[in-house]
Amino acid sequence: MRTWPQAVVAYLSLVLLYLPALAVAIFSVNKARFGLNWKGFSWMWYQKLLENEAIIEATLNSLILAVVSTIIATVIGTALALGLERAPWPKSCLRLFDAIVNIPVAVPDIIMAVALVLAFSLLRNLSGIFDMGLGAMIIGHVTFQISFVTMVVRGRLASLNPQTREAAWDLFASRFYNFRRVTLPLITPGILAGAMLAFTLSLDDFIISFFIHGPESVTLPIYIFASLKRGLTPETNALSTVMLLATVLLALLAERITRKL
Amino acid sequence: MVAQINKSFGNHHVLRDVSLAVSKGEFFTLLGPSGCGKTTLLRLIAGLELPDSGSIFLGGQDVTTVPANKRQVNTVFQSYALFPHLNVLENIAFGLKARKVDPVTIKHKVDRMLETLRLSDLSKRFPSQISGGQKQRVALARALVNEPNVLLLDEPMSALDPHLRTQVQAELLELHRQIDTTFIMVTHDQGEAMFMGGHLAVMRDGQMVQMGTPREVYSRPKNKFVAEFLWGANILLATRDGDRMMTTLGPLKTDDQVSWSQGHLAIRPELIVLEDELARPKDNLVRAKVIQAIYRGASVELLLDPGPVKVVTSPRFNPQPGETVSLFIPSADLVALEGQAA
Repeated sequence: MRTWPQAVVAYLSLVLLYLPALAVAIFSVNKARFGLNWKGFSWMWYQKLLENEAIIEATLNSLILAVVSTIIATVIGTALALGLERAPWPKSCLRLFDAIVNIPVAVPDIIMAVALVLAFSLLRNLSGIFDMGLGAMIIGHVTFQISFVTMVVRGRLASLNPQTREAAWDLFASRFYNFRRVTLPLITPGILAGAMLAFTLSLDDFIISFFIHGPESVTLPIYIFASLKRGLTPETNALSTVMLLATVLLALLAERITRKL
Repeated sequence: MVAQINKSFGNHHVLRDVSLAVSKGEFFTLLGPSGCGKTTLLRLIAGLELPDSGSIFLGGQDVTTVPANKRQVNTVFQSYALFPHLNVLENIAFGLKARKVDPVTIKHKVDRMLETLRLSDLSKRFPSQISGGQKQRVALARALVNEPNVLLLDEPMSALDPHLRTQVQAELLELHRQIDTTFIMVTHDQGEAMFMGGHLAVMRDGQMVQMGTPREVYSRPKNKFVAEFLWGANILLATRDGDRMMTTLGPLKTDDQVSWSQGHLAIRPELIVLEDELARPKDNLVRAKVIQAIYRGASVELLLDPGPVKVVTSPRFNPQPGETVSLFIPSADLVALEGQAA
């Protein structure tokens, strides 16, 4: 069988997939201030990035949002996965829970965002944490991250040999000892992969953040969107390239961790 | 040791009034086809399941409600269930560590166990890096290092290559001889149950059918089920006529007491004597036609009509299909099985 037509299709798909990203990366090292003409190689836009205080602030906001929401979502998501997988739920009950957990993955972000705006405007009467801003954004991100973490951790839990836990019990392990010494180490790759996924999703999220952000909590995607209104700048290209690389790196890391063990 | 145990899962009655006594230091085998409840019984003894009713005693103490992690009983699981994230050494030390035994004692005991089971060279390997036979030895070591009163083995050979099994069986017996722990093994392989000696119990549909030494059970199966399970052949439907049993082979006599008017007789394929000529004009001599003759090297296996009757005999006989042969069925070996036939 000839393989070259398949190879051609494969490479073509790859090019199509990465061409836009590649264009951004190329123009991020273009000396030209305006337009799409090549004026020579330069790192100057990256240098400019570091001098732009608004970008530094947006980066910090993005990182705080991603780190805090990921930690919260990972803890809750892992607990949820354990509860769903280990507790003796009746079949029908479990199907309902499955649906509830999986729906946020399928619901369009824009609907999620509108729902959050509505919910927060109602909840704002109860506590100031629901005011537009970083606090609300963290809660918003956690709501969709939980589903992803739960899905990944559950997959890992389901792949464990159930006799392993019984073996630990048979070998004098208490419930807690069993969890700490057997279950937890065995699902750690799943937890890390889930956290990594949640982190990338938070870092990349624009729609949900855009709807509930405040004046003090501009994240990188929101900043890029706002700066686009003033036209494409090489600075934006540089910033996008950095974000792209960070995301790819995280994805590769997650891939490695899941493959290990 | 186990008294009047009942256990159900949903509507499925897995164990019905099962009672069992195992003496200290014995190698006891639970034998039965899959789904007969033998593994459930083992799990009850381990404390991994609670019985619906009945009691479990260990050295005179009622442990029925004591959870698995507080019972001096350890298990070798069918899948071995080694901890994949721990190396061989850590796997074996797990039980001692969980009980907070001091590190010096742990090291001493684990080292001795590694040596006994020839695992010293593998102590730093992970379960994914060792062979099936080695995994099984680790599982054994991990259980035995805790010096349990009872060691439970759930189909310990089932994951091993057939050629490795005989060797491992012999090693297991030797290990049992060295320590005075009670071993209870579950198996569906009757050959394995015979080999392990000690006492054995045959189970069926959640009930104990027959208990005894391998010789007792094998030579005198109690009913049709045990005879079929152990021998797989030569169960004859018979009608009693005085002291003669009318079968498809002809009238036969048995030394057993017969309580039914119609029931089953059984004879082991290797205890039927093949007569070349009619040199023995006595009782229990019947004629049958050879349907199939299989040369097995060490023996010849014949399938005969009527019956069909199976005969395992010396390879110096060489009957051809279609030939008629004479069979002598010793009355002492003809077992009258319990139960009236419909």
